[in-house]
Amino acid sequence: MDGNNDFLEFVYSFNESMESKNVKLVYKGEISHQVTKAFTSLTETNMMVEEESNSVQKKVFHVIVEFLQNISKHADYMDNEEGHEEGSGVFLVCKDEENYVITTGNILQKRKESSIAEVLDKINSLDKEGLKALYKQQIKEGRLSDKGGAGLGFIDIAKKTGNPLAYKFVPINDDYSFFMISSTISRTQNFD
Amino acid sequence: MEVIKIVGTDDTPSVTLDVANEIFEISGRSLPEDVAVFYEPILDWIDRYSEEATGKTIFNFKLVYFNTASSKMILDILLKLEEMHEAGKDVLVRWHYPEDDEDMEEAGEEYADIVDVPFEQISYSLD
Repeated sequence: MDGNNDFLEFVYSFNESMESKNVKLVYKGEISHQVTKAFTSLTETNMMVEEESNSVQKKVFHVIVEFLQNISKHADYMDNEEGHEEGSGVFLVCKDEENYVITTGNILQKRKESSIAEVLDKINSLDKEGLKALYKQQIKEGRLSDKGGAGLGFIDIAKKTGNPLAYKFVPINDDYSFFMISSTISRTQNFD
Repeated sequence: MEVIKIVGTDDTPSVTLDVANEIFEISGRSLPEDVAVFYEPILDWIDRYSEEATGKTIFNFKLVYFNTASSKMILDILLKLEEMHEAGKDVLVRWHYPEDDEDMEEAGEEYADIVDVPFEQISYSLD
């Protein structure tokens, strides 16, 4: 195969790029419950081996669960294009001396952008007490959607990590965007 | 009443609801694929139990992890226990959390704030 050498060059540079950004785990594809379980279990084992504190382990575990369940419930797909299935996306775990950074990306209908941005901007504007109040309001008033989401995931992640959620929408075409969201968990900071 | 006895897995909690032995407990991890499917039988059971409960009901939560979808279902359970309490039944919630787990402790505090039911926080050591 003529393209083989090019492809292996690509794999090499892909590996280099991942190294340069401290990417420890990357996945692209369908995100099912089984996939979520596999990644939480893998990450848990790695963190145990590296003797990460219980508190950091639990926070990383939680962010992965919430982000991946979010994609499996809410990611859209473009029906005019092959290979983009419902509930699929990209998932990365990065780690350096100070932080874990968990990032996901998925296709989203553009019309949903403004409401997601509004929620995330609100969350990012609140301090711990504000987030606790918002969480309490949402758990009392919000009802479980037919997809099983409680609208609590992003609020709870910001509350437990103490860090804002970075996000970005990149337009794909007139109807769809690629939505990326990233949560940082400090490996060293005392969470109080 | 029939006994509910569910053995926990890596994504669903252990559940024991046993009137004869006075055991009401949910423990372990809760991140089921479909929270409604998992928790509906439990909520139905508590609904039926609340009508016939006579003795003291001590309901133990001893969770090590739950996702946000489960947190809504846990509140639904607590709201049913609150109703029992308001109807004059003797109900106590015991929220057990690992001693070094501030998030689980805080989750208990938040629930205790939201529902009006006698609520005890108990820390335990994982060793």
